[in-house]
Amino acid sequence: MSTVVLDPTNEAAPAHRERVTRPDSLDGLTVGLLDISKPRGDRFLNRLEERLTERGLRVERYSKPTFTKPAPVDLRHEIATKCDVVIEALAD
Amino acid sequence: MASSADGNTADDAAASVPRNGLVAVVKRDCPTCELIEPVLADIEARGSLTVFTQDDPAFPEAVSARLHDDDLGFSWHHDIETVPTLMRFADGGEAGRIVGWSRPEWESFTGLDSLGASLPEHRPGCGSLSVDPAHVDALEARFGSSGLSARRVELGSQEDAHEAMFDRGWSDGLPLVPPTAERVAAMLAGTSRAPDEIVANVAPDLADCTVEKAAVNAVMAGCRLEYFPVVLAALTAVCNDTFNMHGMLATTMPVGPVFIVNGPIARQIGMNNGINVFGQGNRANSTIGRAVQLIVRNVGGGRPGEVDRAALGQPGKVGFCFAEIEGAADDGAEGSDGASWDPLCTDFGFESGTNTVTAFPGEAPRSVVDQLSRDPESLARTMAAALNAIHHPKLVLGFDAILAVAPDHSRVFIDSGWTRDQTAERINELTTRPGSELARGAGGIAEGVPEFLAEADLPKFREGGLHLVHCGGGAGLFSAVIGGWVNGEVGAQPVCVEIDPWR
Repeated sequence: MSTVVLDPTNEAAPAHRERVTRPDSLDGLTVGLLDISKPRGDRFLNRLEERLTERGLRVERYSKPTFTKPAPVDLRHEIATKCDVVIEALAD
Repeated sequence: MASSADGNTADDAAASVPRNGLVAVVKRDCPTCELIEPVLADIEARGSLTVFTQDDPAFPEAVSARLHDDDLGFSWHHDIETVPTLMRFADGGEAGRIVGWSRPEWESFTGLDSLGASLPEHRPGCGSLSVDPAHVDALEARFGSSGLSARRVELGSQEDAHEAMFDRGWSDGLPLVPPTAERVAAMLAGTSRAPDEIVANVAPDLADCTVEKAAVNAVMAGCRLEYFPVVLAALTAVCNDTFNMHGMLATTMPVGPVFIVNGPIARQIGMNNGINVFGQGNRANSTIGRAVQLIVRNVGGGRPGEVDRAALGQPGKVGFCFAEIEGAADDGAEGSDGASWDPLCTDFGFESGTNTVTAFPGEAPRSVVDQLSRDPESLARTMAAALNAIHHPKLVLGFDAILAVAPDHSRVFIDSGWTRDQTAERINELTTRPGSELARGAGGIAEGVPEFLAEADLPKFREGGLHLVHCGGGAGLFSAVIGGWVNGEVGAQPVCVEIDPWR
């Protein structure tokens, strides 16, 4: 006799989304730098901005209101609209 | 599913119920049903009759229009309480019924004379299988208005149910109670809320959790139905932007929700606020917090190694829930003059005596020993020294705390007339230190507050960040510290909610 139990999960099938293909080169692309607001994340991103700007790339800076919560939808949308690639800094 | 001897299914059975005509419901395990087998055959021969048999599909052999009500669905849906029941359908609806055997009744009901001439005139019937206590919960769960809609997962007949649940990733590492429809339906009796009502939107997957899904997980956690309102309230306490369950999962720090129950419900459902209050051995304490964590895992998708990134974690993340000692009548808690402290819920604006659950973002408890202090000032200094060490002695203002004071310690304050607020206030004064001792590099320790704060006096806790909770066994000069997580708008705030709306 088999046991029948009720599914304890949310029963949602996650939508599968392919990652954007990595570009072969950064030439001509806009790079977003996202600071998650952890201490000293800005140091890492400042240095990255210097290096990327030296290479003639366009850089956009963003930061989450707090590292403890997901980035707001509007912020995610803005980054996706304005940037071709994004680098997120997780630092302490 | 009902089926006839030649393989008709329930749907066929439903289709076989005549729009106009007679239907009998019987079972072999009923002497009256066996007695009237010739009567049933006679009625079929002289007109028409459909017989539903509850147990043996071969019974009654003398009748050919025989259907097996093997899932008791026909019997349940037609409220059959006694067998035999003889019903008449007219225009597709029931037009009347009689139960048991009574020749005059059956002759009058069928319009046929000389029925069962050789039989006794009267015989009472027997109980229908559909009202048998052994089946009624399952039937209610399957056909009833309980409204269970969760996907049914049929475990393989060769599968061990407990192993199967581990294999599906539903467990926190401990065994689970299989959430059968019967058990979930029973759990739902613990609340007046409808099964399809949304309780909370659960991080990190931001999935809506219904009362039913909460009940499934509460069953698995081992809850009794009387705990269920506390589980539902606790779930609402953590699933909001203020408590920030998402961040508590995602953080690398060793924290999880710590639940403290206030009000008479704690005693009513048998919670522990005394000996071994943070430990094992009490079912309510052990399973309420676990149920919430299982909901976060299974409904919210919050699993260690995935969104849960804790470097170390803490054992209370399996589930951490306890009750507070309240009032002078509680065991061993009162001061010598019968006074006591206000309960934790008053920190959040609730009246003493309200049934509440407070969710605190907390690490594991750490013991505070002081066997010698007999005056409140000395003991407050001990508490301050212990509290200063939370997360790091040189980090301040960023973390709240619970100071759990056991009766032998609380008595020292209460006997000297220190209220709970006064005690907290004095401890706050004593945990305020010069920034020069706390700045980065001070004391040869790189960690600390930024240098620009070196000139200020800095309290360990933000205003309202220290919560005193009264609990523990009546003997032992101990307290305990439960440190918090990143506090305030940027992190998490404790949340206290009322339980009664979920009863």
